[in-house]
Amino acid sequence: MSVIVDRETRLCTSGITGREGTFHSLNNRAYGTAVVSGVTPGKGGQDVEGIPVFDTFREAVAQSDANTAMIFVPPPFAADSILEAADAGITTIIAITEGIPAHDELRVYTQLKRTPAVRLIGPNCPGVLSPGKANVGIIPAAFFREGNVGVVSRSGTLTYQVGNELAQRGFGNSSIVGIGGDPVPGSSFVDIIALFEADPETELIVMSGEIGGSGEEEAAEYIDQHVSKPVIAYIAGFTAPPGKTMGHAGAIVSGTHGTAAAKAAALEAHGVRVGRTPTEVADIAAEILAG
Amino acid sequence: MDLLEYQGKQLLARHGIPVPKGRVAANSEAAVAAANEIGYPCAIKAQVQIGGRGKLGGIKIAANEAQAREQASAILGMDIRGLTVHELWIEGASSIASEYYASIVLDRAAKAPLVLLSTRGGMDIEQVAEETPEAIASLHVDPLLGFQAFHGRRLAYEAGVDGDVVRAVGAFLGALYATFVKEEAMLVEVNPLVITPEREVVALDAKVTLDDNALYRHPDNAELRDLSAEDPQERMAKERHLTFVKLDGDIGILGNGAGLVMSTLDVVAQHGGAPANFLDAGGGAKAEAITAAVEVILSNPKVKAVLFNIFGGITRCDEVARGLIEAFDQIKPQVPFVVRLDGTNGVEGRALLEEAKLPNVHAAATMDEAAAAVVELAK
Repeated sequence: MSVIVDRETRLCTSGITGREGTFHSLNNRAYGTAVVSGVTPGKGGQDVEGIPVFDTFREAVAQSDANTAMIFVPPPFAADSILEAADAGITTIIAITEGIPAHDELRVYTQLKRTPAVRLIGPNCPGVLSPGKANVGIIPAAFFREGNVGVVSRSGTLTYQVGNELAQRGFGNSSIVGIGGDPVPGSSFVDIIALFEADPETELIVMSGEIGGSGEEEAAEYIDQHVSKPVIAYIAGFTAPPGKTMGHAGAIVSGTHGTAAAKAAALEAHGVRVGRTPTEVADIAAEILAG
Repeated sequence: MDLLEYQGKQLLARHGIPVPKGRVAANSEAAVAAANEIGYPCAIKAQVQIGGRGKLGGIKIAANEAQAREQASAILGMDIRGLTVHELWIEGASSIASEYYASIVLDRAAKAPLVLLSTRGGMDIEQVAEETPEAIASLHVDPLLGFQAFHGRRLAYEAGVDGDVVRAVGAFLGALYATFVKEEAMLVEVNPLVITPEREVVALDAKVTLDDNALYRHPDNAELRDLSAEDPQERMAKERHLTFVKLDGDIGILGNGAGLVMSTLDVVAQHGGAPANFLDAGGGAKAEAITAAVEVILSNPKVKAVLFNIFGGITRCDEVARGLIEAFDQIKPQVPFVVRLDGTNGVEGRALLEEAKLPNVHAAATMDEAAAAVVELAK
């Protein structure tokens, strides 16, 4: 098993005719993901290396039976594209696009909350990889193999770093989920940790957080009350000065809120072990899995 | 992007919110002319993006021209918590019957706008929240429904505002919400919101943070960015499309991906080092971007050593190596570099660096090893 993407995934890429959209759709297909269609308004009827392109999501779903969307269109069009995919009946939407205005994200989040069957991952995320099954997004699959560690992270490269250190110690992953670095993510740590808790293949959960917001603190309480599997956390940004956006739109310490120290303290207070470096996280994971 | 007080007020005024009449001035002559036009008494206010400037001497009331001149020259050029005052805002002194507080913030936990109203204005709202939480009325707004008139009345009654201004305060909050949504703000805060003896509702201060990701839809607002207040190194990085934040230390840092760079700063600090900057070369960085990044990092004379920490996903380590070789060719750095290349095309990247035999460049296999090495070299 795995979460969010697997062999049942039938992917439709919004923005498939763009440079990045084409590159990563083909990459995902090469990995074995069923990339069944793409959407680019005005380019319906064309194809990208055999993947049919449609003008609308409604048509793409009707013609290709897509159940998962990957959003690659530029920020001004991304919120619209997410809502279009949901409206067409797509239930898993993975938004890679970085730079979507926060108020757009607020409206999308509020609308999707009213259609609980739809799950949005991202925006501003690397996607979801279930090793050996499917890869949707930009995660370099070569570093990961099948296994029983579930990883959920706000950052792409940091996930690769942690995943690679686990792989070097001989451990693989059930799924790797990037929830993204924006202020209004479609799915939270709690949402994904709940999926890993229910996933029989996942035996250990690694969460990688960073400064800004309160998603890590909420996860700490949730883990304490609802999660039986061991969880190891990493938090980035102990040295980040307040009021500065550290690369990700959501990575900002506002006054005294959202500091790495507060997040690590909240997690530890709820019994979650926090590694001080990515290496230490992998060491703790190895120790738990070996024991 | 944080706006200066007067920029925030001009934004509020565009949405029908009453603000005191005022003028901006960049030298004391202009300040005196503005004060004479507005009339006395008037307030002379330092324009810096920092709270509590009144207590630090950044706001004065002038009763006449002589005072206006004296105070304007005293405040201009003043250092307020590390920020130099380049501009003044001169406005008519308001008569005050009551001071309230109003704000709207994008509440990340609730994923909705949060409206706050309190009759304890003029104080730090976090202090009010701690001491008398019952004095703050709050409400989350459904972004698809928007702010309704009853929301305004409810907040006004719950906060306990004077009965005769309930509707006016409610309308004020409605206009504040319109500003928040139409200008795509992350925060609009009015503290104090003043009730005058004539029972008018006026925004006496304004703190506005706009969403950087939405500025492309607001070209007028994008132009408000205060370039003179920006650090020259941060400006240089922005011109080269690099994500950069200046820090206090002496170890230059480059990495790819915001999370990995934050993590690199932390690991360097754990080894006893002090990072000079945050620099994310981004996903898929090409050789030119790396050369530009080295230029930006070394433009800080405090930098004694540089750490490259790359875990290639989309980014290819051989591109990074080529960029570094190019940078050494062009810039001829005088400080030691520690380079850790791992991930996509790591073998090729490391081979390129080894062949190039760059002076004073040290390879490291892991992030921890790299951090330890760079801290040692910076000593």
